[in-house]
Amino acid sequence: MTERIPRTDPRGTHQRRTLVVVGHGMVGHRFVQAAVERGLTETHDVVVVGEECRPAYDRVALTSYFAASSADELSLLPSGRYDDPRVDLRLGTRVTGVDAEDRTVALDDGTQVRYDALVLATGAAPFVPPVPGRDLPGCFVYRTIEDLDAIRDAAATATSGVVIGGGLLGLEAANALVQLGLETHVVEMAPRLMPVQLDEAGGRTLVRHVEGLGVTVHTGAATEAVLGEEAVTGLALAGGGRVEAQLVVFSAGIRPRDQLARDAGLAVAERGGVLVDEQCRSSDPHVFAIGECAAPGGVMYGLVAPGYSMAEVVVDALLEGAGTFTGADMSTKLKLLGVDVASFGDAFATTPGALELVFADAVAGVYKKLVVGRAEDGGHRLLGGVLVGDASAYGVLRPMVSSGITLPDNPEELILPARSGAGAQLGLPDEAVVCSCNNVTKGEIGSAVALDEDGAHACQDLSCVKSCTRAGSTCGSCVPVVKNIIEEHFAAQGRVVDKGLCEHFSLTRQELFDLVAVHGYRRFDDLVEAHGRGRGCEVCKPVVASILASQFNGHVLGAETKALQDTNDAYLANIQRNGTYSVVPRIPGGEITPEKLIVIGEVARDFNLYTKITGGQRIDLFGARMEELPQIWRRLVDAGFESGHAYGKSLRTVKSCVGSTWCRYGVQDSVGLAIALELRYRGLRSPHKLKGGVSGCARECAEARGKDFGVIATEKGWNLYVGGNGGANPAHAQLLAGDLDTETLVRYLDRFLMYYVRTADRLQRTSAWVEQLDGGLDRVRAVVVDDELGLGAELEAAMVRHIGSYRDEWQATLEDPDKLARFVSFVNAPGTPDPSIAFTTERGQIQPVVPDDGSGAGGGRTPEPVLVAATIGVREQA
Amino acid sequence: MTPPVGQEWEPVCRLEDLEVERGAAALVHGQAVALFRTHDDRVYALANHDPFSRASVLARGIVGTRGEVDFVASPMHKHAFDLRTGRCLDDDHVSVASYEVRIESGVVQVGSRQERRASA
Ligand code: SRM
Ligand SMILES: Cc1cc2nc3c(=O)[nH]c(=O)nc-3n(C[C@H](O)[C@H](O)[C@H](O)COP(=O)(O)OP(=O)(O)OC[C@H]3O[C@@H](n4cnc5c(N)ncnc54)[C@H](O)[C@@H]3O)c2cc1C
Ligand code: SF4
Ligand code: FES
Repeated sequence: MTERIPRTDPRGTHQRRTLVVVGHGMVGHRFVQAAVERGLTETHDVVVVGEECRPAYDRVALTSYFAASSADELSLLPSGRYDDPRVDLRLGTRVTGVDAEDRTVALDDGTQVRYDALVLATGAAPFVPPVPGRDLPGCFVYRTIEDLDAIRDAAATATSGVVIGGGLLGLEAANALVQLGLETHVVEMAPRLMPVQLDEAGGRTLVRHVEGLGVTVHTGAATEAVLGEEAVTGLALAGGGRVEAQLVVFSAGIRPRDQLARDAGLAVAERGGVLVDEQCRSSDPHVFAIGECAAPGGVMYGLVAPGYSMAEVVVDALLEGAGTFTGADMSTKLKLLGVDVASFGDAFATTPGALELVFADAVAGVYKKLVVGRAEDGGHRLLGGVLVGDASAYGVLRPMVSSGITLPDNPEELILPARSGAGAQLGLPDEAVVCSCNNVTKGEIGSAVALDEDGAHACQDLSCVKSCTRAGSTCGSCVPVVKNIIEEHFAAQGRVVDKGLCEHFSLTRQELFDLVAVHGYRRFDDLVEAHGRGRGCEVCKPVVASILASQFNGHVLGAETKALQDTNDAYLANIQRNGTYSVVPRIPGGEITPEKLIVIGEVARDFNLYTKITGGQRIDLFGARMEELPQIWRRLVDAGFESGHAYGKSLRTVKSCVGSTWCRYGVQDSVGLAIALELRYRGLRSPHKLKGGVSGCARECAEARGKDFGVIATEKGWNLYVGGNGGANPAHAQLLAGDLDTETLVRYLDRFLMYYVRTADRLQRTSAWVEQLDGGLDRVRAVVVDDELGLGAELEAAMVRHIGSYRDEWQATLEDPDKLARFVSFVNAPGTPDPSIAFTTERGQIQPVVPDDGSGAGGGRTPEPVLVAATIGVREQA
Repeated sequence: MTPPVGQEWEPVCRLEDLEVERGAAALVHGQAVALFRTHDDRVYALANHDPFSRASVLARGIVGTRGEVDFVASPMHKHAFDLRTGRCLDDDHVSVASYEVRIESGVVQVGSRQERRASA
């Protein structure tokens, strides 16, 4: 193969230059992004050579791969290519050598590429200490998606695993082994866990947490050998200790991948890493190094944020800017095995004259330490700190270190419990870096929400700020503070962040829900009189109807609520574009007898309905006239069907796969569970529709993780996932708890659903609700699994009340003439079908004739005067 | 063509046949008309046809107030129509016909189509 890089500008005016990037990891990717955004590709062709077979992915979130459905979820470049055609991304290709003289790199596919500038972004490799047995099958490292695939495969036949190294990455790996269901050990040579970040007391608190999760911690323990003949059987520790394990993960630190630079004769730092200056330039002026393979000033940084800064600095250098990298904040905040851990600034109080303030609560497992020094004005300033067990203050504290502001008079307030939310009110200066992953300051967040120069764009919410500034988009630890800054900004503008429902209520759905619970209102009129104004509208009425239904479960068409119901609830069916309705009987779990199928067929035939299998494993019958609905349902109810609530903001379906009854891979009866869950939660009115799924094994044929609640069978029971959906913004459900027996599963689900029903906003699905909860999924887990608020019993009782009061809506409607009164075509001509409804036939079934197709569906402006059939619709003659 | 609307008052139903703050469709002079009864027992009549979706459905919408105006939200895509005039509150260029209504001894009667002042 020969060189195929265009060497000249297509217009033939300038010589274009070539920039080669080695490594498409997190930092390499950020570099290319910045190069494109800042216009470097106007003058340079960029060739990116990446050894891994996939584009850059979020290594920081590597462990979530086990819970992800595919590697794509972690991808930083899901489309697999850059929008800019001048970037040539070559994956699955390794650079084998650099010729600094000739300015070429050699690739393992035999090609060579000439460069004008070379950027090394080769990252680091896990360090595997030279102990005997380290090459045995069963030994792994923890760095790439392939490593995780291999670990997962090995875990399938292992019962216990051991991680060598109790640092940040080692604990992360231990977390993964726990998730994989292994009995897990951590062996750390130092006398405490996370020796680099934590002091002794912090490390001890962490050990207690980690052991509480079933991990056995061996500190002060050196590994002498990995035992085993054909494959790993365990570890031998210095001093005679032994650990049984069939799987070993080495996580004893990382080493910069600087071999290319060494071979090319570039200077490397004493402890490894390409030695670079403040512009990240190596000893050869055409070669730069960034990320974990670089050692600016001799120091290697094992975190992503400094790598990102280096990437920006090199883009700047290539644009002849003056940016420099002069060291980085090594602060870390993590959630390890569900335990918050943070360490920032001068955590070990090495600054002369530094004082330590410590708060420790052994029972709660919380340890917090602040390191405080003298400020220039004589007050105190924050130098650093350690937080274990509760790191909620991290977002506020870390920027205080970097900005050096004077602390309030009682700095201990900052770490005392239950004083959170101090947030932005602490008066951080604009230059304070709030998001350290992406180096975003408080000022930049402020500008994102303020109008830009031409008055056009201003972010209105967190997600917009995230995408515009990148703040909060990496590790997420800064999100609460970013949110505070946004809200503070709006408040300062005198803008009330209006959370009210509509002009009739300045209350949120949750506030209304609580008012109804406290006062026991049963009527919209009472509620609007006491807490609102006007007569309501299409927004608040259905919300109130739903709240009343969630709490009292009266009939949708009951005297007090029938006027409030939204379009579909009002007729217990889904309205279609021509004003007819669809009918969806419940088919729990998708299981149906031939007899029932025949009934559906007969009903469809007799009423001439269009019949379709839905995406929800049931059958939809379309084209029913409103006045036919009672007759259709009479037939269905008599045959044992009930409403499928396809029309309600309520439980729709619990989808199932065939499961262990038939499937050769199934490990549990997924159909049985899906049916039980669908019957348990049927009729539950909720802020938005709810869907569930149950898969009989990890192959996930029921697509359970695409549902609001998803259950996946394991050998030992069920894994419960929550917060998934399809639709316009698909989200995968996340693991809430694993290996549950059925009883516990149902208990957690009862709590989860009721917690959602009580607190979510109108039309907010579970995924959006979990995301906006303070604390997100952890919060849900705290309430649902750990019952930290002590709400569990109450939520379960509410669900039991719901279940006890369930009645099929259609059956109840058929029994009550008052409810049936509505189902007539015309009050004064109940026998006359609406003459505006007409059908044609297509593929042997009916289809609506929609007048002048194509314009009405979107609800846009009607361009022409309209005259249709027997009805008059007129556009105002202006 | 629009059939000429009869001059006669046509009795349609009794007031109590109408649900409060909800609509019902009626056939009046051969037209599908949506009748709405408000919380204070006034009754309005609009053409039942939603000009946006072109379906005969307005009677099935939710009735409420926007500011001081009584309105119905079309069940199809929630466009709001002023119950008194048929004017669309979301789009000045669109409106539906409205009819005169009176109640005589508890019976709702629908009269002729209301003359509309040309909008500016
Ligand atoms: C009939 C069906 C399509 C089909 O022919 O397969 C369907 C039809 C409609 N869907 Fe759906 N959805 C159907 C399965 C789905 C699925 C697949 C599934 O459930 O596995 C999804 C993605 C999964 C999910 O919900 O997350 C789906 C995501 C939506 C959404 C997007 C929701 C979101 O959170 O983004 C909407 C819009 C909404 O609800 O606001 C929607 C709304 C609708 C509405 C209600 C639109 C409307 O307002 O008229 C349609 C009503 C049809 C009717 O009259 O019966 N439909 N819809 C499916 C009925 C399933 C059932 O048996 O009940
Ligand atoms: C499990 C885990 C958890 C972590 N958690 C955190 C965290 O919470 N916070 C944090 O800040 N950091 C964390 N890190 C560290 C973070 O992932 C790294 O700092 C970051 O990935 C460094 O980016 P990089 O581009 O320098 O290296 P990498 O992301 O490793 O990318 C380097 C790429 O270069 C490729 N490459 C190497 N040599 C060649 C060659 N010769 N030719 C072609 N390609 C080559 C490699 O295959 C690799 O794809 C974590 C790391 C791991 C493994
Ligand atoms: S995808 Fe759209 S058009 Fe298709 S059924 Fe769902 S809502 Fe209707
Ligand atoms: S600090 Fe990590 S995303 Fe902001």
